[in-house]
Amino acid sequence: MLEQTMSNVKVVEGSEAVALAVKGCRPEVISAYPISPQTHIVEWLARMMANGEMDTEYVRVESEFSAASVISGSSAAGSRSYTASSSQGLLLMTEVLYCSAGMRLPFVITGVNRALSAPITIQIDHQDTISLRDSGVIQFYVESSQEVYDTHIAAFKIAEDPQILLPVMVCMDGWILTHSYERINFIEQEKIDSFLPPFRPANFLDVNNPKAWGSYSEENVLMEFKYSVQQAMQYGKKRITEIFAELARITGRDHGGLIEAYRTEDAEVILLAMGSVVGTIKEAVDELRSIGKKVGLVKIRCYRPFPHEDIWEAIKAAKVVAVMDANFSMGSEGALGMDLKSKLCGMRDTPLVFDFIAGLGGREINVKTVRRIVEKAEEMLNKGLPLSESYWVDLNPEILP
Amino acid sequence: MYSLNQRFDNMEIPEDEHMTAGHVACAGCGASLSMRLALKGLGKPTALVVPACCWGIIPGAWPQTAMEVPFFNTAFMTTGAVISGLKAAYRRRGMDDVCVVGWAGDGGTYDIGIQALSGAAERNEDVIYVCYDNEAYMNTGVQRSGGTPLGAWTSTTPAKAPKSEPKKDMDEIMIAHRIPYIATATAAYPHDLIAKFKKARSMRGMRYIHILSACPPGWKTPENMSIEIMRLAVLSNIFPLYEVENSEVFRQTVIPDEVEPVNNYLRSQGRFKHLTQEDIQVYQREVTTRFERLKERFDRIAV
Ligand SMILES: Cc1ncc(C[n+]2csc(CCOP(=O)(O)OP(=O)(O)O)c2C)c(N)n1
Ligand code: SF4
Ligand SMILES: [Mg+2]
Repeated sequence: MLEQTMSNVKVVEGSEAVALAVKGCRPEVISAYPISPQTHIVEWLARMMANGEMDTEYVRVESEFSAASVISGSSAAGSRSYTASSSQGLLLMTEVLYCSAGMRLPFVITGVNRALSAPITIQIDHQDTISLRDSGVIQFYVESSQEVYDTHIAAFKIAEDPQILLPVMVCMDGWILTHSYERINFIEQEKIDSFLPPFRPANFLDVNNPKAWGSYSEENVLMEFKYSVQQAMQYGKKRITEIFAELARITGRDHGGLIEAYRTEDAEVILLAMGSVVGTIKEAVDELRSIGKKVGLVKIRCYRPFPHEDIWEAIKAAKVVAVMDANFSMGSEGALGMDLKSKLCGMRDTPLVFDFIAGLGGREINVKTVRRIVEKAEEMLNKGLPLSESYWVDLNPEILP
Repeated sequence: MYSLNQRFDNMEIPEDEHMTAGHVACAGCGASLSMRLALKGLGKPTALVVPACCWGIIPGAWPQTAMEVPFFNTAFMTTGAVISGLKAAYRRRGMDDVCVVGWAGDGGTYDIGIQALSGAAERNEDVIYVCYDNEAYMNTGVQRSGGTPLGAWTSTTPAKAPKSEPKKDMDEIMIAHRIPYIATATAAYPHDLIAKFKKARSMRGMRYIHILSACPPGWKTPENMSIEIMRLAVLSNIFPLYEVENSEVFRQTVIPDEVEPVNNYLRSQGRFKHLTQEDIQVYQREVTTRFERLKERFDRIAV
């Protein structure tokens, strides 16, 4: 028994964990185009292909525009399909992703988080995937490689749910997760197979039952098409929670539902964040708790659809929510801050919400950074002032123009 | 008169430098040497547009740069279009003397940038487009591109299943665009490379220069072998050096004394290590056939 369990544990690179999850899901078509820090994922898959470990069409395309387009074609033909990208590559997919969500194509993409040009960089933040938040693609963010492994397996099932049928993007921080090694518990193939049966959708480009996809539409129907995507998103909240729970029962690992509330019970200050930084925040929360501070954390696992009901349950008793955004909407504020504020607006007795911009372009966030954010939030709270502009953490004024 | 161990003693290389020391290319990088020589041929005023590729990194990180000409980092697929816009503005602003040069890798040319390049060529934009070709996506760690040769190992075409398609014939694609000037070059023949850039600068309209650039980490070769390997590519007709004007006049500019077998070129590089003797024969046939097709056109002009 013990032996059997041990054989499913291995220390692997985060990218290999993704590739192994994808392999376990038996995709029929994969497209691949390189971009740092996503490349190791498609290289692992290429190696598995060359070793005869996978029975998949592997298309080495000439751009991300084609990477997304290849899987929109293969998905329309009713095949489980996958690709991965990052940063500039994800932006180049944008048009195709909107089209694919509109045509309800349930492929899965790993979005390896990296900042956007200019200036060019390979360092991480969430600007790339956040820029795709309005496209109709479901987005998950993960904290660890174990979570990225498990979430990919859930992702295909969620995407392919007959009432959802939307592309799913699993967002993971570049380098920190893709290139580090972690002990991973793998799920036995038979268990994956019974959790995720082959994808055979009712609708596909069927020559025996010809239908037109994405046909020209106008003011009489276009709104309904768009609304139906929103309905799928809303319905998705329930199904995603169920599917995560179903997988947790199989694996014995519960990463939470749409969110994970960490030590929020009696918390006065709650941090809200997503991605690998959450591990650091948990440590900071533990430290602060040990000196008697009532601090907690809400980790967002599912960003689209936005789980404001669950967030509300976790934060409603707090005094202040310090949102940590690794992105920025130029001319406004961070996306998570905006999302949360818009949902709280009009409600009574809500905590104050302050938006902190931290970690752009790989700027380090350590436990001390988190403590400074908590202190700043407390200071604003004590002054009774709402922080109307986002607060940029650790800016170096010396190099500003 | 060209052979492998030949010395070029009295070669005239302009002394002006438009690129400084302290850049961050790997030792033995064919691409950095090619730029240095190309700028010597081009002179000033010149403006460079470079998409994502090793050359986007080579000048160094902000606030440093090794470049002494303006240098615009652009998105990966955009080079052909950005140089068109840059030239249009220089023209409008009375700076038509600026030579606008797009400088992209094989990934940025054969693959993701081909649409913008083809558009610029079809419009006969007054620009120079350079493809420095190291035959893979090197900056991201050696993935295959449309410019990767048949049989090569890359990280997405592992040795167990190396690239099964031949290299895309980008030169023929450009020839089909019927633009004023097309040339192939390599830093292993510096006088030839510089002469081609000088000539390109003196012309108007779309000019395309294809440079073979050795890449020690990507080709799995020792750093001190780059020049010899690029020479072997020329001497074995894998990468013949020639120029084409208006898709009509073809001229071979470096004619080997004796054609080397492809074997020596392939065996010099780790990326071809897994090839069998049979594979190499297939390779030889491919190279010979392609060269014969090209040679017919050289010969026709020679008459
Ligand atoms: C749209 C987009 N996709 C992918 C990348 C990642 N990327 C940056 S450089 C590079 C490789 C470039 O290859 P090539 O053009 O052959 O130049 P080399 O690095 O080999 O010199 C890639 C894939 C990017 N920056 N933008
Ligand atoms: S990887 Fe190759 S092309 Fe890039 S800098 Fe190094 S030698 Fe030059
Ligand atoms: Mg290249």
